[in-house]
Amino acid sequence: MPATIHPIDSERRARHVDDLDHGDHGNGRRPPTDKRTGGGGDNDNWSDRPRGARGPGEKLKRYRLGVFFALAGDLMFFVAIVSAFFVSQASGRFDAYNNFVNQWLPTTIPPVLWLNTALLILSSVTAEIARRKMFHTFDAMEEWFGLGRPTSRRAMPWLAATVALGVAFLAGQWLAWYQLSLQHVFFRSNPSSHFFFLITGVHGVHLILGVAALITALAGLHYAKQVEDRQILVDCSVWYWHSMGLFWIFLFLLLAFFQ
Amino acid sequence: MALSPIALELGSSPWSPSSTLSTILSQTLSRILLWDLPKDAAAHGSALDRHLLLNLWIALGLLVIAHLVLFAGLLLRRRASAPGPRRAWLLEYLPLTLLALLFAALTVRAERLWAVARYTGADPAALQVEVTGVQFAWYFRYPGQDAAFGRTDPRHVAPGEGNPLGIDPSDPRGKDDLLSSQLVLPANREVDLRLNAQDVIHGFFVPELRLKQNAVPGQTIHVHFTPTTPGTYAILCSQLCGMGHYRMQANLRVLPPTEFASWLAAKEKAAAQ
Amino acid sequence: MTPELNPEPSRATASDSVLRQPASWHRRYLFSTDHHVIGIQYLLLALVAVAIGTTLSLLMRLHLVWPDAVLPLHGPILPEDYLSLVTFHGTLMVFFVLTTAPQSGFGNLILPRQIGARHMAFPRLNAASFWISAVALATLLAATFAPSGGSISGWTAYPPLSAIASSGPGQALGMDLWLASIALFSVASTLSAINTIVTVLDCRCKGMSWERLPLTVWGWFTAALLSLIAFSVLLAALLLLFCDRHAGTSFFVPAGDLTNGVLHPAGNGSPLLWLHLFWFFGHPEVYIAILPGMGLTSMLLANFSRRRVYGYRVMILTTLLIGFLGILVWGHHMFVAGLNPFASTAFSISTMAIALPSTAKVLNWLALVWRSRPSYKTPLLFTLGFVSLFLTGGLTGPILAQPILDQYLHNTFFVIAHFHLIMAMAGVFGLFAATYYWFPILSGTRIRPGRLLSEPLGRLHFWGTLIGAYATFLPMHLTGLAGEPRHYAQLTAIPGQAGHLLAQTLPLQRHITYAAVFLALAQLPFFLNLLRSLRHGAIAPPNPWDATTLEWHPALQREPSAQASPSEETIVVYRAPCAYDSAPDQARFLPQWVSGTKAE
Ligand code: HEA
Ligand code: HEA
Ligand code: CUA
Ligand SMILES: [Cu+2]
Repeated sequence: MPATIHPIDSERRARHVDDLDHGDHGNGRRPPTDKRTGGGGDNDNWSDRPRGARGPGEKLKRYRLGVFFALAGDLMFFVAIVSAFFVSQASGRFDAYNNFVNQWLPTTIPPVLWLNTALLILSSVTAEIARRKMFHTFDAMEEWFGLGRPTSRRAMPWLAATVALGVAFLAGQWLAWYQLSLQHVFFRSNPSSHFFFLITGVHGVHLILGVAALITALAGLHYAKQVEDRQILVDCSVWYWHSMGLFWIFLFLLLAFFQ
Repeated sequence: MALSPIALELGSSPWSPSSTLSTILSQTLSRILLWDLPKDAAAHGSALDRHLLLNLWIALGLLVIAHLVLFAGLLLRRRASAPGPRRAWLLEYLPLTLLALLFAALTVRAERLWAVARYTGADPAALQVEVTGVQFAWYFRYPGQDAAFGRTDPRHVAPGEGNPLGIDPSDPRGKDDLLSSQLVLPANREVDLRLNAQDVIHGFFVPELRLKQNAVPGQTIHVHFTPTTPGTYAILCSQLCGMGHYRMQANLRVLPPTEFASWLAAKEKAAAQ
Repeated sequence: MTPELNPEPSRATASDSVLRQPASWHRRYLFSTDHHVIGIQYLLLALVAVAIGTTLSLLMRLHLVWPDAVLPLHGPILPEDYLSLVTFHGTLMVFFVLTTAPQSGFGNLILPRQIGARHMAFPRLNAASFWISAVALATLLAATFAPSGGSISGWTAYPPLSAIASSGPGQALGMDLWLASIALFSVASTLSAINTIVTVLDCRCKGMSWERLPLTVWGWFTAALLSLIAFSVLLAALLLLFCDRHAGTSFFVPAGDLTNGVLHPAGNGSPLLWLHLFWFFGHPEVYIAILPGMGLTSMLLANFSRRRVYGYRVMILTTLLIGFLGILVWGHHMFVAGLNPFASTAFSISTMAIALPSTAKVLNWLALVWRSRPSYKTPLLFTLGFVSLFLTGGLTGPILAQPILDQYLHNTFFVIAHFHLIMAMAGVFGLFAATYYWFPILSGTRIRPGRLLSEPLGRLHFWGTLIGAYATFLPMHLTGLAGEPRHYAQLTAIPGQAGHLLAQTLPLQRHITYAAVFLALAQLPFFLNLLRSLRHGAIAPPNPWDATTLEWHPALQREPSAQASPSEETIVVYRAPCAYDSAPDQARFLPQWVSGTKAE
């Protein structure tokens, strides 16, 4: 027989204070600067609140978690490709004349990559500034009180700058490909070039997605109704952007010095 | 009995459940008792078989024990409380350690045999034979007098002109190479096989030699063994290599040394003219 | 089948604006973001896949015994047809049945409930992953209509066979579609893995600390972590293979490779690279398929024998250990593939090591049911079947894990027997147990109460399947030991000694085929049961099995009969699951959600 429930009174009260299931989906009526999140099965009293109402940090925390695990998977993706890089670099074969040949002709990277890398690092800085602006306590409070949108206003230009730099990076990468093609180095040319184009290409696709995310965030600064949502949009796309920058630095070192 | 119509319509011998069932049972039983391995014809075979049978019996034993424990546990009178932490040792950690030791012992034994078989190369006196897998045939090449294989090059491959391996005509070492469609080996002499594949991965599998090794394109893999019992055995392809995979087979003929010598001589004479 | 949601929004099950369901039926059922609906969608997907996969397996069996039988619409089965059958059978079963149903299907249906959450962390992402999987399945099935037929290179798709279009029929467009399908599936699995992980990390209700998580949740969580790692690597490998096929690269195809007159001029390509990448995915994949079943087994054995799970901590630990070691053993699929012999030894040892946590689990289960006199409901029967099949199939694992023995057994039917017992049958038994156990939740809607599956039919289904499973797959050990290789389109009319060797296995082959047909027929009671019970099954009480886990919490029930409506109940957990008071009268037990020390 099913055991009947005796809901604890504290929960009852908690529910009537603010119950998300009754239409409020926002920041749990708490300032967006509140760091406490509750949840996660720990027994702090914030967990008495229904899901989604455990303070503004909660939604943000969840989306961050999502992005981080997505990035963990993505890391494995690149790890796989890089390990293939080393395998292919090391493996040669015995040709018809029974001497060991390794067709790996190191691809000398076009100098423009250095510039691109600098641009990308710079873009990470601007992105981080934009992110910080979104969480600037005082502004966030003001915005939350409904006195204009200071955080968004301040973050906007930095975010735009990031997008510009990102696009510049992509253009630079394309330029690098172009320069190589002038030297008749193509994707199919030799094992090393396979990897050069593959790695830059795959990373480029990730960056295109990143730019898309940043643009979404920019749009979000306009259209998203809640401070919290605007924060999430910027925060997550920026974290993604940082990681892509970090990945690139490793990939760049790989391509530049480990050919 | 629901099945007999299918059997009939598919034109097999009419099938009566009772009769086949009994034959199946008897067959299965006999098979289980002697585990149905092909007879072994290689020096390392008997050791391998002993280890394999040991493993199989142990597995069967554990299987039975485990199920007995399961059924006993289900049938015996219910004890109110689950086994307490004290008996946890008896029920879990003790058997676990025992099984761990068992698995460890088996591993050590197995790795010993593996080391003997694979860690070291063949001794220089071993008979050199090259095996090449091609969709869907095996080719065997003997180095001939000069004990050296002529170089091969895919551009020279021409099965039509009897050069399926693409032996380079300009290479003197290749002149006396002997090509065969069946693997003929002398008994009791170590053999050093070098495995190649021309197109896709193939699997060189000789059940009677208890030997299996993939032939990988772009890579030469050596295996060595000593056939002991003369006879004719099957060479199968054990790695999916395309639609003809199932018929990619050849014969292995293990001959007494004298007969092998004469076979080789005949072969060389044939190649000479 | 699909849930009716509460008309008035204020009492919608979901507490997020995303989840407020508009009235239109396609938003409600088709593109729903409700984890319950998505779970059922996944299960339906798996059912379609398993129906096709089973049919294919039967065709394979028939062809092996009667090679020249003629199919009504298709004509005779050619060798390449047989290989396509094997390839699609394996692909469907591994990816679209045993990865989809336990992890995504029941994962979505049950996991949020068991942690007291009302929805997954990212509902829209969840729906997206389902629809990507659906497209993946469609793509896979489309491959069979490719001009030269579906791909023939097996579910492991070893290059160069899979990399060169000329290497065989079906390796052109058919292979491309196969690649596309699996790539889509990898993306979908990665996304749903992220969703599962974050849900478990972030959506547990109050008091649901890690030690109190049901073992099923631990299973799903570990499997999700594995998916995240494994499928990302598979995706990379698929990308490289695609480049080899269409961009003229040479990652896997060596220079000088001559396939059907097509010469591959240059490059450092190495087929072994694919084997490493694929099996780095492939082995974790098979544990992804079984981990949820292992968790379920522990929970159900405890539930039906009214006992605490024996050594709860140990079970959590072994689950994580299996997950961790599962990443380190992929080489055991490559002992004779050209791997360095020393590496083989290393992988052999790590593989032997991974057998131990599994052994610990088996021992745990045996100890759990020891002298417990459980109540023999159908879910329990299938759970016991799981234990039996798992250890029967598992015991051949350590044998295969010894390189010297694998050099005889590799790619023989011995391997087929191994993984059909431990993966196919044990995994499917897990699915059956789950279906019988959770059918009330599966079938419950707001307007219709949940129902139970019929016990007699269930028992019939169980015995038929158990007998069929053993009768089909045990003899495969013998044909394998006799030397029968895998992927052989035909065992008769083969010249040379090989012909004799293979012909010997024919009597046993015939038996296996009959048993396989029997096994497939034994599934009819199941489907009959499903259809019948949806409308006419006995109405399930709120907590039909007197279980302790949260999916039976009244607030999460969909029946009107539930005391509290979902919106009005905050769920709090007070204790670890399986607190079955071991007093003789089995009514007295403490669900996780009940405060105090005694329930009335
Ligand atoms: C989940 C995995 C799975 C399952 C269930 C099966 C089921 C079966 N397989 Fe499977 N098989 C594989 C996975 C599986 N197989 C793989 C991976 C390969 C290798 C492919 C390759 O080499 O590329 C293979 C290969 C393979 C071969 C080897 C072919 C060859 O190499 O020559 C054979 C031959 O007999 C075979 C036979 C069968 C048979 C008779 C069944 C019968 O058991 C069929 C009966 C079906 C059932 C009993 C399942 C019913 C289940 C349900 C109805 C559950 C539905 C419930 C929900 C979804 C909630 N299979
Ligand atoms: C669910 C899927 C699953 C699971 C869980 C396992 C579990 C294991 N597998 Fe299996 N395996 C597959 C699915 C699975 N496998 C598949 C699909 C393939 C083929 C792929 C292909 O080529 O297509 C394969 C192939 C495969 C190979 C390669 C064979 C070859 O191709 O040559 C090897 C080799 O080491 C191996 C080993 C193991 C081991 C050691 C375990 C261990 O984890 C087993 C642990 C369990 C036990 C050891 C039993 C415990 C019980 C007892 C010990 C009883 C004791 C109790 C008492 C006595 C009271 N497996
Ligand atoms: Cu060659 Cu299979
Ligand atoms: Cu494995």
